[in-house]
Amino acid sequence: MGFLDIKSVTKSYGPVEVLHRVDISAEEGEFLVLVGPSGCGKSTLLNMIAGLEEITTGEIAIKGQTMNGVHPSKRNIAMVFQSYALYPNMTVGQNITFGLEMHGVPKPEREKAMSDVASLLQIEQLLDRKPGHLSGGQRQRVAMGRALVRNPDVFLFDEPLSNLDAKLRVDMRTEIKKLHQKLGTTIVYVTHDQIEAMTLSTRIAVMNGGYVQQLGTPKEIYDDPANVFVASFMGSPSMNLIPARVVDQNGEPHAKIRLEGGKTAQLRFSDPGLAAHSGREVLLGIRPEAITDPEGADRKSGNIQTLHNVVDVTEPAGSDTFVTTTISGKTCIARMRADTDVRAGAEVAFAVNMDKAVVFDPETEKRL
Amino acid sequence: MAAATQDSAVRTGRVTRMLIYLVLLLFALFYMLPLYVMLVNSVKPLDEITGGGMMSLPAQWTLEPWLKAWSTAQIGVQPTGLRPYFWNSISMVVPAVAISTVLGALNGYVLTKWRFRGDTILFGLMLFACFIPFQIVLIPMAAVLGTLGLAGSTAGLVLVHVVYGVGFTTLYFRNYYAVFPTELVRAAQIDGAGFFQIFWRILLPSSGPIAVVSVIWQFTNIWNDFLFGASFASGDGAPMTVALNNLVQSSTGVKEYNVHFAGAILAALPTLLVYIVAGRYFVRGLMAGSVKG
Repeated sequence: MGFLDIKSVTKSYGPVEVLHRVDISAEEGEFLVLVGPSGCGKSTLLNMIAGLEEITTGEIAIKGQTMNGVHPSKRNIAMVFQSYALYPNMTVGQNITFGLEMHGVPKPEREKAMSDVASLLQIEQLLDRKPGHLSGGQRQRVAMGRALVRNPDVFLFDEPLSNLDAKLRVDMRTEIKKLHQKLGTTIVYVTHDQIEAMTLSTRIAVMNGGYVQQLGTPKEIYDDPANVFVASFMGSPSMNLIPARVVDQNGEPHAKIRLEGGKTAQLRFSDPGLAAHSGREVLLGIRPEAITDPEGADRKSGNIQTLHNVVDVTEPAGSDTFVTTTISGKTCIARMRADTDVRAGAEVAFAVNMDKAVVFDPETEKRL
Repeated sequence: MAAATQDSAVRTGRVTRMLIYLVLLLFALFYMLPLYVMLVNSVKPLDEITGGGMMSLPAQWTLEPWLKAWSTAQIGVQPTGLRPYFWNSISMVVPAVAISTVLGALNGYVLTKWRFRGDTILFGLMLFACFIPFQIVLIPMAAVLGTLGLAGSTAGLVLVHVVYGVGFTTLYFRNYYAVFPTELVRAAQIDGAGFFQIFWRILLPSSGPIAVVSVIWQFTNIWNDFLFGASFASGDGAPMTVALNNLVQSSTGVKEYNVHFAGAILAALPTLLVYIVAGRYFVRGLMAGSVKG
């Protein structure tokens, strides 16, 4: 039993089930990110934890106590909304202490809590202003202050950074992470941004179509995706999914792929267990950073396979150069060093780190 | 002509524009004419009017007609002037406007933020109230007032106007609150505010513009109402409009037109005042910057 338990929770609107048997358990101090495309049910799940939406079946418990039917204000949670939801008629200070006032905390204590939070978030100079006079980043801080001041068991964040511009978003992301490390509170964070999910979380639940597709640490999610959806949703540029056939050569499983000009190549799998699937059509999943120029290949990898293929497009991005090539009829992206001398139309060597390769069943889209 | 002038919507020459202004000015003058006649004739002695000088400025200025209309004109049995009826109207309008506006705000709040099964149907039915002609409800309303023991009283009139007005005020507040961010209500719920606390502390302080609209609308309608006043209030309890009618329609003695004009302006003053005082709050966007930047 964890600190926050979501047990077989479903949600239906009338006959339509939008969330199917979700089971997640989070330990105290964990930073759990719910990530997925819009409409996947992540915000619904968050609202159910908050008590803003009813649970159709199943149970949500915090600290071992069931929260089904408990009013949002009695769950000892705090929520930061996407729109910040600051009360427009109150000053920043009143916004922060409104919850304490509603819970009957006496004024001196409220003031003390407010000044503590204000100094933690460095918003002391804003306390007398109205939300309408604040910038996006300042409003974000105030919204967090309003959540922090309650000293809740669980923090809920509903896409808190999506209204900020790109630069501020990165700054606030770091700030949220710092805050979590400092306070060590349990956080449930909803986002559609896979980079936010990767950078912030201690664990990620990838959701799609009302199902939790995979639950795991960022590394597990990134390196061992459970299915094609998770593999392609997480990571940017997303994972290359190359149609291939598993063939047996010298007793070892290889991935047979088609290259430009009717040639083929065979890449040895690192996992000998894949021999069981010999003769089968599969999807070979390789992340762009696992396909490099030979000089840029990971030296710690035990299985670098090289192939030669024609370059379609090069996209210098400053820090790296993304090289596009066609393998088995699919456009693949390789991530090469910035100063690699590669030109479109030329045939170059691609070093594939097969230690990082994953294989999916093209029918079920599940991991093999 | 420069491309970036303010009148880029329609390009007009100087002459055309002069013509347009001239026509507009004429319309404005024509529209102001009744007010001019009323004002001018309310400050001249009666013989100047009966002498045929309706349009001319008074030869002798006097406030006598105003004083008479206000305090000594014969209305009904007593020579009381319009004064007691003015207070009748005030004591009817103020509670009726206040109650119908507060009820409309509560209805709007519930219909948008505490949705329930059938809420749209209920709202649709309430909208019906805006389209029901006064005449249709006269007799059933009289019966209801009689049953409640409110027949002929100011309280009865207040009830009638509240019932009739709540459809409009609900419409205003519902549409206003429909775009009020629901996340604010949810945040307040998590903060531990109850149903009425959310209403008083979060929604109402942001409802300035729509409250002004509701008050202006309700005040004008209720103040100007004649039919309900004539039907459900009797004698000394009649509102200003009914009293004005009695003053003007009295069949005995000389027709004192100057007093009638002054009385009519007195009856119209409060609604004018409400527009002048509250009109500028009309367009103020109190919600500016509450949600996102």
